[in-house]
Amino acid sequence: MSKTEDLIRTYEARLAEIEARLARVETAAVPGQYAGTTVAPRVRSLRPTGGLRLGVDVGGTFTDLILLDAANGKVWSAKVPSTPQDSSIGVLNGIEKICREAGIKPSEISEVMHGTTVATNTVLTGSGARVGLVTTKGYRDTLQIARSYVPGGLGGWVIWNKSLPLARLEDTIEADERIDSKGKVLVGLDEAALRKDLKKLRDRGIEALTISLFNGYVSDIHEARVAKIAAEVMPDIPVSTSHAVMPEMYEYERTETTVVNSYVRPVVAKYVANLQRELKAKMGDVNLQILRSDGGLSSAQAAMDQPVNLLMSGPAGGVSGALWIAKNAGFKNLLTFDMGGTSTDVALIENGTARTRRETRVADVTVRAPSIDVRTVGAGGGSIAYVPDLTKALRVGPKSAGAVPGPAAYDRGGDVATVTDANVVLGYLPSDAKLGGDMTIRRDLAVRAVQKIADALGKSLEDAAEGIVAIVNENMCGALRLVSVEQGYDPRDFALIGFGGAGPLHGNALSKLINSWPSIVPPGPGVLCAYGDATTRLRNEASKTFVTTTANTSDREVGGMLRDLADRASGDLEDEGVPRSEQETMYQIDIRYQGQGMKLTIDVTPDEFNRGGIAGIAHSFDREHEQLFTFALDAAHELVGLRAVVQGQEKPFIGRDYGQGGQDSSAAVMHATRVYADGKWHDANIYDRSKLKSGNRIHGPAIVTEMDATALILPGHVGIVDKVGNILIWPEGHEKAR
Amino acid sequence: MPAKIIQTNATPFTRVKVDPITLDIVENALRNARAEMDAVLFRTAMSPGIREQHDAFPMIANQEGKMVVGQFGSFLYGFMQGYQGTIEDGDIFLTNDPYSCGGAVSHLNDWLLMMPIFHDGRLVSWSAMFGHMTDVGGKVPGSLPTDAKMIYEEGLIIPPSKIYKNGQLNEELFNILLANTRMPEWNKSDFLAIIASLRLAERRVRENIQRFGVDTYISAMHDMLDRNKVAMGAIIKLFIPEGKDKASQFHDWIDDDGQGNGPFKIACTLWREGDVAIFDFNGSDPQSLSSINFLLNEEMFKMFFGAFTINLFDPQILFNDGFYDLVDVRIPAGCILKPKKPAALSCRTHMLGRIFDLMGGLLGQGAPDALNAAGFSDSPHFMYSGFDKEGKWFQLFQIGFGGVPGRPVGDGPDGHSMWPAFTNVPNEFLEAYFPLRIRTYATIPDSGGAGLHRGGNGINIAYEMLEAGEISIHDDRWLTYPWGVNGGEPGLRSTKTLVRKNGSTENIPSKCDRVQVQPGDILHFNTWGGGGWGDPLKRPVEKVLADVERGLVTVAGARRYGVVTDGTTVDQRATDKLRAEMDARRGKTALFDRGFENLRELKARAKKETGFDAPKDPQFFGQRIAAE
Repeated sequence: MSKTEDLIRTYEARLAEIEARLARVETAAVPGQYAGTTVAPRVRSLRPTGGLRLGVDVGGTFTDLILLDAANGKVWSAKVPSTPQDSSIGVLNGIEKICREAGIKPSEISEVMHGTTVATNTVLTGSGARVGLVTTKGYRDTLQIARSYVPGGLGGWVIWNKSLPLARLEDTIEADERIDSKGKVLVGLDEAALRKDLKKLRDRGIEALTISLFNGYVSDIHEARVAKIAAEVMPDIPVSTSHAVMPEMYEYERTETTVVNSYVRPVVAKYVANLQRELKAKMGDVNLQILRSDGGLSSAQAAMDQPVNLLMSGPAGGVSGALWIAKNAGFKNLLTFDMGGTSTDVALIENGTARTRRETRVADVTVRAPSIDVRTVGAGGGSIAYVPDLTKALRVGPKSAGAVPGPAAYDRGGDVATVTDANVVLGYLPSDAKLGGDMTIRRDLAVRAVQKIADALGKSLEDAAEGIVAIVNENMCGALRLVSVEQGYDPRDFALIGFGGAGPLHGNALSKLINSWPSIVPPGPGVLCAYGDATTRLRNEASKTFVTTTANTSDREVGGMLRDLADRASGDLEDEGVPRSEQETMYQIDIRYQGQGMKLTIDVTPDEFNRGGIAGIAHSFDREHEQLFTFALDAAHELVGLRAVVQGQEKPFIGRDYGQGGQDSSAAVMHATRVYADGKWHDANIYDRSKLKSGNRIHGPAIVTEMDATALILPGHVGIVDKVGNILIWPEGHEKAR
Repeated sequence: MPAKIIQTNATPFTRVKVDPITLDIVENALRNARAEMDAVLFRTAMSPGIREQHDAFPMIANQEGKMVVGQFGSFLYGFMQGYQGTIEDGDIFLTNDPYSCGGAVSHLNDWLLMMPIFHDGRLVSWSAMFGHMTDVGGKVPGSLPTDAKMIYEEGLIIPPSKIYKNGQLNEELFNILLANTRMPEWNKSDFLAIIASLRLAERRVRENIQRFGVDTYISAMHDMLDRNKVAMGAIIKLFIPEGKDKASQFHDWIDDDGQGNGPFKIACTLWREGDVAIFDFNGSDPQSLSSINFLLNEEMFKMFFGAFTINLFDPQILFNDGFYDLVDVRIPAGCILKPKKPAALSCRTHMLGRIFDLMGGLLGQGAPDALNAAGFSDSPHFMYSGFDKEGKWFQLFQIGFGGVPGRPVGDGPDGHSMWPAFTNVPNEFLEAYFPLRIRTYATIPDSGGAGLHRGGNGINIAYEMLEAGEISIHDDRWLTYPWGVNGGEPGLRSTKTLVRKNGSTENIPSKCDRVQVQPGDILHFNTWGGGGWGDPLKRPVEKVLADVERGLVTVAGARRYGVVTDGTTVDQRATDKLRAEMDARRGKTALFDRGFENLRELKARAKKETGFDAPKDPQFFGQRIAAE
């Protein structure tokens, strides 16, 4: 089961809206002389690395665990039912199981890496803290006015209702103070008045406090002072300041981000502290680390302080897992496609690195926190198909049948046609497919639901079902385009990896649509996130805002700053047990044309920078700008920020031995079946994935089932099992499908 | 003579039957392409107007020029009829002349770019986009002079021209354009950003053709148009009564022309004949001698109508040109919505926005439950420019935001936009890049009209000028009110006050050019609120109290809802009593509450209420028409 299925119940369905906001996600940093420095949360390991690492992913249905032994490269995996009331019970059950299988004691595990959805769920279910907010005088309505944007296009205002801000206006106070855009104090802080207002806020019963002052991105002089006073007035209330959480320009985005941090903080802190305590009780002095939205790791403490960085922790695990699979299988460029019940996450990996963006979105909450560039579309197995009377068009989603009642075929009371029902009707999801657990599939119920659509369209049952699948694939194709073509990448240069509960069912068709080959079905598509959690590299970075035109600085000045940043990040990583000899350093320079709001990040190695200097960076920028937007300008270049990223070395891990087999896959055939594709029924076989060996070839049409997922190989395609257990699907006769 | 389309392949397209699912796929693909056009534009444009406020609009049309996806309807058909020349592969056309494109763009600041898309020697589609350039020359910075009497004062006019021919930029022409703007860098970057978007649409169209075949693609676009026509046909029949005897009528005003004359009336009558809805603007005032004229493109008006109604029925219906035969828009030539060249147009933003209120009032009469109050039907402009202490030119063009009206679905949002995609410019951005300090950016309590559903509040922006320079303002609704409906009250009007550094204050008129400012002067720009919807005496007391606690309604303002409160608790007995009294006093509520009896009465109290003399009744080329 994909975590998104459990997480993202609401979303913005229309890609148009996703994209209309792109403009606002880009960082416009501080102009002028100011240079601030931020250091990523430090990861402190209590033991030297090299021991046993455990990756844990908690989904709605299953908790998946992966155990890695760095000393000998071995891997174990386990799957246990999740325990939604208290997820730590499921985690501990899983630990017991995996330790038993690996023949080790829990106390031998030195590190637990965990991707969590608790922050996301808190936002989605509206179950966060009551947040108090302190703004600058004159800016109390920052969240109320937001960016004045009304979604829905022309006339959209007629039906749009704005949700209440996460920090309510009645819980918002103004501090009488003012600093200018250079950080100069114009009006000193009126402490007496502030103290009085803070007391009122406390008495109103707020549970967390956000301080976000105007121009607070330049200087924290007043925010820090307000925080100190708040600590005196309300010692038990956690305080987040905008300067600490997100020291970037744009008052609404910074305030919103900091408020979200406060909003999820008590829930996340409780969860992480509880888990850490339970783990320590069972495993002794273990080091718990949480996966951040950007794919990096965060110490338990940093996760509790800045949970806004965890909103995409779940999907980031999936992308990291895909990265790991890709590396083992020898693919550097790929599109990831994680399809769950209500939504689908897609991302792009280029040259072994996932693209990141400076924005995280959950439902209608958008925050400025870096995350892997995962796009979510409101289309999944549970998406509902319907035919509006007016247009007689076939629409799929964004409404979803969710887990309850779920697709009609699940026999839990659902009676409207979903994508899953269409898959059942077409024979892609056979009645004997395992969905993990005791769920059964009833084709008769799926038929009944899809027939209604067929009648409304005046088509046959099978053609209606194929239509539903085609429409949902087209929606996902749109999302894949956004992360690929729109960013200037040609999907033909990428492989596609489908995971999550429904990914392997649709992967082949999507590869066909966008011409990305092969279509990869990883082993255990459901445990991919846990792989990602466990295999994430230790990483640290230090960054600096540095806004100046390239003409106003020199290679020497910039090079010196980059070296200092690298040195600091490297020292921290050394403290965490990664010797400098095992570290890799990369520089990132944020640059744009002067006057633009967006910026692009250019990656260079220290060597490359020493050779090409700033001129080389500017040249790379022009090239990338041209690739992305079809033109370059002769305008001045402006540097915006400098960053040094230091990572530990990659450790190879050996997967399960899939044994070498011949091309013949008949030993894995369970039984014959029929599937409907391209307007007609075909005879096909159902294969048992656990019996497939490397080198086996499966000719489509075919169905491959395993514990928690079912894969479809379309007619005219062949699946080849590679040495690490992936099924690589190619068009029959493709030059690479040797 | 229409333009000559040069095609090297003379094979006609064959209309084929398109499977409904393929049709949906083409529709989604084109919808995505439009979204991608926006994304590329906003990332690469430089002017805050496009980059931050998103004042630019893309579309894709079929080979006949009918818009298939987009927002404001297609002007391409008209362009193809009127252009005297050839249309060839590799051409991109540029114009900003409202008079040569039937008002597809309505002032010179909007640069409209149109690109024919060819495939295999045949014209298969068009992509087009227009965006607001910060400056296109003319007599004032920002190119929007209030006091212009002819369009020639408003900047460089570009008749439809091939800015690209054979894929090559016409650099000499482009240089002329850039030489006539105060902000050449911004225009250049914004222009190239639009070109990048158009080329992206071209790639998408060609991909679709490769995927489905050209006949299927062309036929699918026809089907999309047809599908839209069927859906809108049903809506029109449902919504608009047949026969002129059942016609509904509505009118509204623009307060003044910036020259001391006004208000100017726009009026419309709506009825249905068979399948066709007829909007007749007879009764609107003649064109103005000043710049408030609005050349209303009939196709654009149809789109407003479609958008308005589609949102109420099936928001998933794709807007396109398909239903245009079902709507007949009649605008008398020479009226303020169809002025004759060379009438000035630069201040047209108010009339353009007021169309929304007019349409709402017109359509809502037949279905009061679906009727919205009047809202922030405008995008007022604030312009500030000058040379800073280092001698560097600065120039800001900014749009204001205000109250969305109370609507059947709920309260109007405070300080929001009624235009699609518009966003405000962050104040930290303004302070970082312009010599400005924004002292206050807050909603104005009680500015939204009282109602069962409250009108959204307007915004108070306090701009402190840090450099000597000039400001210009285009605003409206300082005299007439944003009206309430179904018992809801009107919202507050707009005001502007300039507080000089020495403490003296000046009342600034709604429309003015080149007001000199000095460092330390503060302009309070107060936008108007939305009208209220439904009976304010029926608004739940706890909602009124919540608004008071949130500072959106004052303790005194709560009495407009008949609610007696001290700000933390409600005196229920006093409230019941007050509500009963108010109910008895007012009697039956009217469908519309405009906040005045007639214009004469309104003008009589103008000076007292606004500080400004009432505008004089407009003189229409010597022909005096009663202002009512």
